[in-house]
Amino acid sequence: MLEALGISAPALFGQLLIGLINGSFYALLSLGLAVIFGMLNIINFTHGAQYMMGAFGAYLLLEHLHLGYWWALIIAPIVVGLTGVIIERLFLKQLYQLDHLYGLLLTFGIALIIQGLFRNYYGSSGLPYRAPAELQGVRNLGFMFLPNYRAWVIVVSLVVCLTTWFVIERTRLGSYLRAATENPSLVRAFGINVPRMITLTYGFGVGLAAFAGVMAAPIYNVSPLMGADLIIVVFAVVVIGGMGSIMGAIITGFGLGVVEGLTKYFKPEASDTVIFVIMVIVLLVRPAGLFGRRV
Amino acid sequence: MKNLFGLTMLAGLFAAGAAHAQISDGVVKIGVLNDMSSLYADIGGRGSVLAAEMAVEEFGGKVLDQPIQVISGDHQNKPDIGAGLARKWIDTERVDTIVDVPTSSVALAIQEVTREKKRVFLMSGPASSDLTGKACSPYGFQWTYDTYALAHGTGGAMVKQGGDTWFFITADYAFGHALERDTSDAVKAAGGKVLGSVKVPLNTQDFSSFLLQAQASKAKVIGLANAGGDTINSIKQAAEFGIVAGGQKLAGLLVFLTDVDSLGLKSAQGLTITSAWYWDKDDASRAFAKRFMARNPNGRPPTYTQAGVYTEVLFYLNAIKAAGTDAADRVSAKMRTMKINDFMTKDGWIREDGRIMRDMYLEEVKSPQDSKYPYDYFKVLATIPAEQAFRPLKDGGCPLVKN
Repeated sequence: MLEALGISAPALFGQLLIGLINGSFYALLSLGLAVIFGMLNIINFTHGAQYMMGAFGAYLLLEHLHLGYWWALIIAPIVVGLTGVIIERLFLKQLYQLDHLYGLLLTFGIALIIQGLFRNYYGSSGLPYRAPAELQGVRNLGFMFLPNYRAWVIVVSLVVCLTTWFVIERTRLGSYLRAATENPSLVRAFGINVPRMITLTYGFGVGLAAFAGVMAAPIYNVSPLMGADLIIVVFAVVVIGGMGSIMGAIITGFGLGVVEGLTKYFKPEASDTVIFVIMVIVLLVRPAGLFGRRV
Repeated sequence: MKNLFGLTMLAGLFAAGAAHAQISDGVVKIGVLNDMSSLYADIGGRGSVLAAEMAVEEFGGKVLDQPIQVISGDHQNKPDIGAGLARKWIDTERVDTIVDVPTSSVALAIQEVTREKKRVFLMSGPASSDLTGKACSPYGFQWTYDTYALAHGTGGAMVKQGGDTWFFITADYAFGHALERDTSDAVKAAGGKVLGSVKVPLNTQDFSSFLLQAQASKAKVIGLANAGGDTINSIKQAAEFGIVAGGQKLAGLLVFLTDVDSLGLKSAQGLTITSAWYWDKDDASRAFAKRFMARNPNGRPPTYTQAGVYTEVLFYLNAIKAAGTDAADRVSAKMRTMKINDFMTKDGWIREDGRIMRDMYLEEVKSPQDSKYPYDYFKVLATIPAEQAFRPLKDGGCPLVKN
């Protein structure tokens, strides 16, 4: 039937798989954003810059300390997460009582500063970074060649996303977190250190962004601009999924990756606008997003 | 007696005033307009500003007793922003010439502005061959390369090596379209076939979907009709998908030294490219590159568009001196009578359509083992003489060319 429509099945499945891979990045990044917004009510525009710092962290670890990809996966998110903790302690703490807009402006400004600094120092062409030897190579699936590294990306993203969702929605720690944002004074009365939980949550969200950055370093150009290009799309993903919903962010991330992949096959020129078209439609029909709880 | 004295004084005043009036507004201002912050920022960017400043210093800082100033601006690869900035510069800031302007869509817009306002436009950055074709202007000069030269240089060479079926991955704007069009013509003229193409939005991060389509087409050569960050991403991801290992060849139709630096020789080795100049070409080029590198914040040698800015600014200043004025009509006419001889060009000249005629070079990116020192990236395979490299004058459709 597909052949009758002029669509070649192998090519289509190849594009769907690619879409799933891109969706993994969208899911990882929008997960971090959803965690931060859902828990802290902060619209973290610095997310793209923190993703970029993760990728640069991987590059710098290799270049100066000769520590490879596997070390970078652990060290870079922790280091970048710590910078997130500093930002939260110094700046964001003052803004929790205020309108969302102030958090957005602050994080947007910080993103511009970080990007500008990196671009000033490293230029905009990007730096070389290769996948580790264990993950190089391609596998012939019959309908396409799938690089082993991209298969790894899907697997890791699914594991990280589902683990995060599980921790937040199904464990005691997660319930403390969710309670702390709903009613901080009451939770504090029970003896739980709310400010520290909030700081660690922000650090964790930032760490997720940096983790996505390390995963991206071998396949996308490690350049100071890599976050800026991606962050707008990720925001659209989070808005479509519903700003407060963790599972919404994950499902929408993967789903929109697939939709974008299909668009690249049928009408490539529209591939960078299709997600925004969907966002407009969703906002008109369901302003809270597909899975959103808050408006 | 008093009247005669007064008249003489008046005459003297006018004479003195007239000598200075030959340089409009008392200053020669050079506006360097390019991409300072996005995917093309390393190809020109701040390096082009540095090149212009070095040229002004080399010239002595003054022409016809008037000072020379260099200002710069970021067009962000958007024609409306570039045109707006150019108009503001010309109308309110006494800018006499606009220089560099990569991103062909912006260059086409600036060509219209400078034609209307009668200012010299020295194009070192943009590629589209339409700038000396149907969009040609009496004040516009394309100094370094163009899509026709790239297409016939690289395209012709690869078809000769056996790459007779092509698939294009094209940046979806003026430059990509022009490059794909010129390369398709070159491939077909050499006896090859174009199996298909896909248009990709500018500044795309992920090319996997488009590379998959290229792989499925089974074309022997995948032509990358894009530049800067787009080319780097295409080549990096092509390696990931085993495209070259699978037997298809990549044609990097526009590749700069900064792109090879970002990719690393391991990924870029073997690419055949067409280039207007290389920093390591000869002693004079190396001398210039050394001076440039010492002042370049990221320490890299100049790309050929940056070297182009240096040589075209020097040539322009010399033309002003020779013409005795900075009025665009007289300077443009003077430039067309002068020969170009510097470290970048030997016995070059300017055609009626604004095309600078220079030799082009076919180069290959070295393997990591063959590279002996930093930035030793290219091996020159052949020199393409000017008459062969660029489109014949009569084929361009330029209204200035009398037939």
